[in-house]
Amino acid sequence: MSEALLDVEDLKVTFAGRGRDVHAVNGVSYRVRAGQTLAIVGESGSGKTVSCRAVVGLLPPSAVVTGSARFRGTQLIGLSDDQMRQYRGADIAMVFQDPARSLNPTMRVGSQIAEAVRAHRHVTKPEAREQVIELLRLVQIPLPERRYLEYPHQLSGGMRQRVMIAMALACRPRLLIADEATTALDVTTQAQIMELLLDLQAGLGMALMLISHDLGLAASYADEVIVMYAGRIVEQAPAARLFTSVRMPYTQALFEAIPRLERPAHSPLPVIGGRPPDLAALPAGCSFAPRCRGAQDDCRRAAPPLAEHEPGHRWACWHPCENVADAFGEPGRPVPRGNGDTA
Amino acid sequence: MTSGEPLLQVRDLVQEFSVGDRGGTVQAVTGVSFEVWPGETLGIVGETGSGKSTLARSILQAPRPKSGAVLFRGTDLVTLSGLRLLQARRHLQMVFQDPFGSLDPKWRVRDLVAEPLIAYRVGGRDGRRRRVDEVLELVGLDPAAHGGRRPRELSGGQAQRVAIARAVALSPALIICDEAVSSLDVLIQAQVLALFERLRAELGLSYLFIAHDLALVKQVSDRVAVMYLGKLCEVGPGEAVYRRPLHPYTRALLDSIPSPDAGAPRSRTERRVGRVISGEPPSPIHPPSGCRFRTRCPRAAELCAAEAPPMRELATGHSVACHFPLADVARTTARSEERIGETKR
Repeated sequence: MSEALLDVEDLKVTFAGRGRDVHAVNGVSYRVRAGQTLAIVGESGSGKTVSCRAVVGLLPPSAVVTGSARFRGTQLIGLSDDQMRQYRGADIAMVFQDPARSLNPTMRVGSQIAEAVRAHRHVTKPEAREQVIELLRLVQIPLPERRYLEYPHQLSGGMRQRVMIAMALACRPRLLIADEATTALDVTTQAQIMELLLDLQAGLGMALMLISHDLGLAASYADEVIVMYAGRIVEQAPAARLFTSVRMPYTQALFEAIPRLERPAHSPLPVIGGRPPDLAALPAGCSFAPRCRGAQDDCRRAAPPLAEHEPGHRWACWHPCENVADAFGEPGRPVPRGNGDTA
Repeated sequence: MTSGEPLLQVRDLVQEFSVGDRGGTVQAVTGVSFEVWPGETLGIVGETGSGKSTLARSILQAPRPKSGAVLFRGTDLVTLSGLRLLQARRHLQMVFQDPFGSLDPKWRVRDLVAEPLIAYRVGGRDGRRRRVDEVLELVGLDPAAHGGRRPRELSGGQAQRVAIARAVALSPALIICDEAVSSLDVLIQAQVLALFERLRAELGLSYLFIAHDLALVKQVSDRVAVMYLGKLCEVGPGEAVYRRPLHPYTRALLDSIPSPDAGAPRSRTERRVGRVISGEPPSPIHPPSGCRFRTRCPRAAELCAAEAPPMRELATGHSVACHFPLADVARTTARSEERIGETKR
């Protein structure tokens, strides 16, 4: 295995609030290797975005961050804003969900990207312009010379996201973090942007982190998938492996809840009741136990640790799923063990 | 299922809006026709700017369409106004995407659900109280625990249940759902979808289920209509539209959906979704001549620019508006079988 580009160890993030501390991230460890595509999947409040923002120092001052995040050996946690800026935007770049809000509406697109270029590199204005047009071409924006002079409102959502990607690529980052970068886009545009990201990744040799609520998207595009629930990693595996042998009942529930074209109309969706736990009052045992079909007494007593049970496959569960034919008669789809009903 | 009269019949509906001072006109909905039968769910799938939300609002006469007819239980809503429109619309309700945007933040849940009953002067105070309890329980909320809360004290899923309770309070025949589960997390989305399905079975409801997600739409719909730039391009049984799409745009939509099963051990290039369609939808202010999809269509020919293709029924109940439909049924079927084979592997 090659050297880790980013090595995150026991990362914790707590937001201190009026008398109640919100534990948004509760001890997360993972590695990103050069050139890898790693997806972090979870629902709202699972800690997927907060854990990434903690790594790049983009959390408000009310956040208390502990643990370690080494980027090519340099500890990022605890860096001052000035020190962090040497990495963020240069070696590590981010693309967010809402390009309309990330772009300055009163500035021409080209000037905004040029600003990003000149923030980290000493180039003259004409040189910067050349590089920007090259970047626009790289993200496959037609007529880059014309687009350079346009304002964000003159572009479609997909084009604006391409501009954001161009800006992120300005300094040829080693790691690109795409936080729900295609969530607001139409499905055909989403496919275009994902293709673009993967092409750029291969061409530039970047590592790519996809932060998404969409397990289907992660399945289709990532090499490796991390599933988060209530601020913890509950399962991690190579994409191909995860989708043939799910172990954590929460991951299984996510899979089953995705509407699938192959399912006949009106077929019952397996419904998991309840909601994710209050992050200010996490249960003693497994966070998912109150909603889990396979939960038993020991699940409520102690939280299962995340451990590598099979090569490359980590999960945190006392009673992992087994591969059994499921209610749809599809072989190889695992269901949780235990006495819960499955449909 | 398709016996008797259609519940809702939309005929040649047109909706336009003027924009700017240069006389631009957004052709949001152009000549859309379809019907919804009693007990049926018709799904409408379309991307941003396809006009699907405008279509929903035009059916409710908010605002009134530019032309066309909207027959609900045989009465043309377009010809009605004031009280008579209000009465005709009583059994036609709507659920929107953002429950927090459609619920007054200052009101309590109980009052929000009672509002439509008061508006239509249904029952006395006690009768309304009982109905509110009944409806809250029907949508899976506890009247005692949730009735006194205000919208901000609810989760997204709970707030959407309140919006659904408001919609079913008047015992409607048809509910129009416009992206009604699109903003919810996937597990909560499954809960709300299951609620819609239960209400359909228990109350004999029909739905016009509008969303951008084809897999989601197919899950709950008997028939699926695909909309592009203000026009319908394909209508048919959900299963047929998925297995034998006739319109190249439907094919493109199907190919763009990332599938969780696609993660099976394959090479990176194969793992990606199918052929990705290029370009972006043109502006609805200046839609292309002829077929509106032709600027992105791999099959486009001269005829497509010259003439708008009419809707034609190519198989039973399966219609398409395309000069060169994917009529090579054998091939598309084989590809669909392949997909199924993959999931079963």
